[in-house]
Amino acid sequence: MVQREVTIKNRAGLHTRPAASLVKLAAKFKADFFIDKDGFEINGKSIIGVMTLAAEQGAKLVLRFSGEDEQEACNAVVELFESGFNEQ
Amino acid sequence: MASESVQKKEEIVLKGIPASPGIAIGPVFLFQRQAPVIEERSILEEDVKREVVRLEQAVARSHRELRKILDFAQKKLGDDKVKIFEAQLMILEDFVLFNAIYSRIRKELKNAEYVVQDEIGKYHRLMAASKDEYTRERAHDVEDARNRMLRNLQEQKLISRLEGSAVIVSSYLTAADAMILSRNEVLGYATDLGGITSHTALLSRALKIPAVVGLRNVLHLAHDVDRVILDGYSGTVILNPSAESVKHYETKRDRYHEFEARLAGLRELPAETLDGRRVELSVNVEFEQELEFIKIQGSDGIGLYRSEYLLVGREVFPSEEEQYQQYRLLAETMYPKRVIIRTFDVGGDKVMLDPVKENNPFLGWRGIRVMLDKPDLFIEQLRAILRASTRKNVAMMFPMVSNIKEVRRAKKLLEEAKHQLRKENVSFDPRIKIGVMVEVPSAAVTAEDLAEEVSFLSIGTNDLIQYLLAVDRGNDIVSDLYQEFHPAVIRFLRRIIERGKRKDVWVGMCGEMAGDPLATILLLGLGLDEFSVVPNVLPEIKKIIRSVKYADARKIANKVLTMQTEDEVKDHLKSVMKKKFPDIPID
Repeated sequence: MVQREVTIKNRAGLHTRPAASLVKLAAKFKADFFIDKDGFEINGKSIIGVMTLAAEQGAKLVLRFSGEDEQEACNAVVELFESGFNEQ
Repeated sequence: MASESVQKKEEIVLKGIPASPGIAIGPVFLFQRQAPVIEERSILEEDVKREVVRLEQAVARSHRELRKILDFAQKKLGDDKVKIFEAQLMILEDFVLFNAIYSRIRKELKNAEYVVQDEIGKYHRLMAASKDEYTRERAHDVEDARNRMLRNLQEQKLISRLEGSAVIVSSYLTAADAMILSRNEVLGYATDLGGITSHTALLSRALKIPAVVGLRNVLHLAHDVDRVILDGYSGTVILNPSAESVKHYETKRDRYHEFEARLAGLRELPAETLDGRRVELSVNVEFEQELEFIKIQGSDGIGLYRSEYLLVGREVFPSEEEQYQQYRLLAETMYPKRVIIRTFDVGGDKVMLDPVKENNPFLGWRGIRVMLDKPDLFIEQLRAILRASTRKNVAMMFPMVSNIKEVRRAKKLLEEAKHQLRKENVSFDPRIKIGVMVEVPSAAVTAEDLAEEVSFLSIGTNDLIQYLLAVDRGNDIVSDLYQEFHPAVIRFLRRIIERGKRKDVWVGMCGEMAGDPLATILLLGLGLDEFSVVPNVLPEIKKIIRSVKYADARKIANKVLTMQTEDEVKDHLKSVMKKKFPDIPID
């Protein structure tokens, strides 16, 4: 299992567009992917789950990956967060 | 001629949130969605396969429906607006969600409707209860997706056809509803629920259909109504309008068409000079003045909201809750554009507290002085403004600042208000920006110091000029000594702007001078960053800004700065204006 903490950089938070990018990216990997926000955990490959997170700018999320390509998945997803989901 | 007793239906006037500009007058169509009635049924092991297939078919049908709506939206509105429907489509393709649903059907042996309702209901409840407004709006998408699947499970048809043209009245319209209904001749949309950023609002604006949302009980009241007037500029809906009301609105409609013509083409364009200097062009607002949507549409936001207007005709200060509702409505209506709320500027000629007898109120207890002497009231207002700032499009500014100590004290009280709200777990924008009005000469002279305490300065020329030139505008004997173009005023302005910019704050102007077309090029040339004007002059000011080069404006300003009388200044500016803008009336 691989775990990383990320912070949301986007001004509007994890709204529909970045949520969609996140879910699409995560779906490419075999590893299971869960997101934890303040103890509330959802499946990161589920768009409805990610929408429920209501993650705003500055929110800290813990990302958990487990499966054969967990490291690759982690790197790719973290990169997406760090790039602010390519907004702005 | 037989005499008939015609029962005249009573006119009912409702107020909501103006969501899309335009005026509609016509018949009503009540759009009532039948909420699917869901039964929880137990099923047998051997029926599981059939339930699964039923659900799969319902999902496929829902998917096709949405795709049709999406394609229609794309044809009518372009790629950009299509995004609104993508959230729903993605939910229909959410394999994690559906794995859970199918698995529950198998394990719990319950009917598909019940499981879909229950499983999606979990997510919907969480989102609807979120503190984040954007998430609460997305809850509607989730609900729409769910209802669509349930409707298709029960094989109910979608209503989407009207006879003739009508104003559609409904409790709530999803984006899909608004889109599909627009295939008819829709004159307008009026709904009980919804905010300015709801999809209905966005789509209505894109479709150029007038809309008013948040009316609370229009559906109920519109039951026996023949005709309705919908004013998407002010958020007013009139059921069973009288002949006078109809006449009034037909006239208003014409007036706005004329204004739209002046604004035509300029609305979406930025206030940018020919050589690329972008300034902000916003509006001054009091609440009684209808937040006439179109006039604000061409602006970058509200540069001055005079909060003391809330005190007019009242004996007691409005409560924090009441203030919060007003500020929130403002922020909601203008979102994503910025609203700058000026804290209560009372006293002097606007006294409304304990009647204080002052010999010279103009130089007396007014503006921030009053609020700092009443910290409890001040904190209430600060709390209300903070609470309204959750969408991060609210800023505040303090009036009649004459001393940096006032700003520091006010900031301390603001910190106190923030601290209280944090303890109460109430959200607000922690990075809310603060500014000060520069209207007292001492503030102008120490602008660079004030600039270290705040994010922006807003020049209030109305009072600044009076204090600077020692002239009471209200005194007929000397009122013509009040001169915007007095060299002292112009040099003062330059000073304020330069000192402010040195400390990296933006400097704007909300006084009348900002809206004087004769002054625009000069103010541009002096480096002003923001013009906040009376809504009516917005098209002209924007036109001027867009027609000049900043480089040329600077040359003109530099020339004007050497002049010694206001007559020289005005003559020079008039000649410039006559040459470039012969159609804009000066003076």
